[in-house]
Amino acid sequence: MHSKDFDIVVDPVSKIEGHAELDIRVRNGEVEHVKLKINENKRFYTQTVRGKNFNSIPQLVSRICGTCSIAHLNCSAEALEKALNVELSDQSKLLRKLSMYGLNIRDHAMHLYLFCLPDIFEKDSVLDFEGEDAQWIKDAFEVKAAGNALSTLILGRAVHGMFAQIGGYAKVPEKEQTRQTIEKLKSVRQRVLKLIDIFYNRDFKFNRKTNHVCLITKDYSFLEGEVQSSTGICIPEINYWDHLERVVIPYSQAVGYKFDKGDYMVGAMSRMNMNKSALHPETKKDAAKYLSVFPSDNIYHNNLAQAIEILHCIDHSIEILESSAFVAEKKALPQGKESKGVGVLEAPRGTLYYMMELDGTGTIKFANIITPSQQNQINLEEDFRQVIPAMLDRDKHDIEHELEKMIRAYDPCFSCASHFLKVNWI
Amino acid sequence: MLQKIKELFVGQPKKTKLNVGVFSFTGDEGCVITFLEILNYKLDSWNGRVNFQHVRVMKKMNALDGLDVAFIEGAISNRKELEKLVEIRQKAKKVVAIGTCAINGAPSNHRNFFDEEKRKEILPVLERFHHLPSVEPIGKYVKVDAEVPGCPIIEEKFVEIMENYIKEFGVE
Repeated sequence: MHSKDFDIVVDPVSKIEGHAELDIRVRNGEVEHVKLKINENKRFYTQTVRGKNFNSIPQLVSRICGTCSIAHLNCSAEALEKALNVELSDQSKLLRKLSMYGLNIRDHAMHLYLFCLPDIFEKDSVLDFEGEDAQWIKDAFEVKAAGNALSTLILGRAVHGMFAQIGGYAKVPEKEQTRQTIEKLKSVRQRVLKLIDIFYNRDFKFNRKTNHVCLITKDYSFLEGEVQSSTGICIPEINYWDHLERVVIPYSQAVGYKFDKGDYMVGAMSRMNMNKSALHPETKKDAAKYLSVFPSDNIYHNNLAQAIEILHCIDHSIEILESSAFVAEKKALPQGKESKGVGVLEAPRGTLYYMMELDGTGTIKFANIITPSQQNQINLEEDFRQVIPAMLDRDKHDIEHELEKMIRAYDPCFSCASHFLKVNWI
Repeated sequence: MLQKIKELFVGQPKKTKLNVGVFSFTGDEGCVITFLEILNYKLDSWNGRVNFQHVRVMKKMNALDGLDVAFIEGAISNRKELEKLVEIRQKAKKVVAIGTCAINGAPSNHRNFFDEEKRKEILPVLERFHHLPSVEPIGKYVKVDAEVPGCPIIEEKFVEIMENYIKEFGVE
């Protein structure tokens, strides 16, 4: 780029839900503004759930996101269970963990193999991989299928799972299907180690210190614990609102968030930076070399963290499935009452919050849903602000590609993480 | 010229691949995710016979021209989507609505049923981002040749329709 005055508009062609546009204005070599426009909530789910009976909520909000429907299913159920004082059985807790593992294996694998890997091989699509590289296509679909098999075992299907209920599960895993799922998980373990290695060896780099926030979970199961920040703050789930500040971003259909008035990051890298000691022993053993990278400030290590999380999900799932005999349990039948509950979990892309307020008949009066992509919005904008000045002398196509790569490092949501950003230079 | 003469004597060259596009409008992308899950077990078999020429979740270089079949998920909620839909219909020989949002609008169309209070709340967003008055299935605006029901889509039905088109278009 030879001019010191230019505008960049990164605009997706037609992808709608969850899409992002990027608008950058540089004057006199200075970045004047960076606007990341995310469209995530425009189906108005926070309004939609109001007035509905609590029983219909998990299946309804599952439709917020096809990619991580299981996270919305589980988080809304948790909020309602807390509101209605429903205690999950030990078996149901395990099943919920397994459903999070199935989700993370499939979701991370899709993102790493289908969206990020082509950047490493400098190809447009994983479908274009040829010769020796074509083995990665097989890896992609085998690992994804293993995660899918686990979700199907627990929930009946991988997208909008059917067996999860408030307070329990309508169906428990069958023996033969459990055995097959264990085999499948074991069979992809080597492929996942190969995936971790390629992301470890990738030399993409952008370092910036930021505040990392995540749930600190004892067994790294994405579900329990307290919200902690790398600045040392620890918050019980119920007090989540004390530290989050909603920031209305006029050009975006999604609001952004600040944590204790500052920008912050959520997601796999935050979890790995703050909680790697809780990973499964087998994962820690086989990924020791890669784990030494964390804590890291290099945003591209978010992808390495995702790859390591796939391994953890596989290892812990195998252990749970091999050591459990699942039996049908009596279902909880919660009754509606005037109450309020908060659910917090780690979705693949970071901390997901659900707050539900019910009236005496069990009708939702108010709901607050905070998704990871909203929370990362301000941090990603700040990264762009800092990375662009160093690229001003580079070719247009190059800058555009670098920015896309950075978006994919964040994995902000299904659509913006993929390869379809159209960049218009004005 | 040579090609024309050849065609006169031996007929049209056999079609070697079905040109397919997968598109996404307002929805949660669950059907496109499910499409990616179908590829876990169908990619090998389709790879030689299907040209995925427009699948934005998997590639940046996408082409609309010469499309045989467009699989479309999601409902139509703003003008930009509507224009794109019409363009796809013009370019594609067959259009398949995949998933309930594309087929009947739900569950992306909750706002169509909002009361006055909720309508007021969302109005500024609708205006700022040029939404249409209501969220509608694709069939309201263009001709749809086939449907894959489900939320998300029923995998077997998607596979069946793809394979029927592979046959119908004479892919060898």
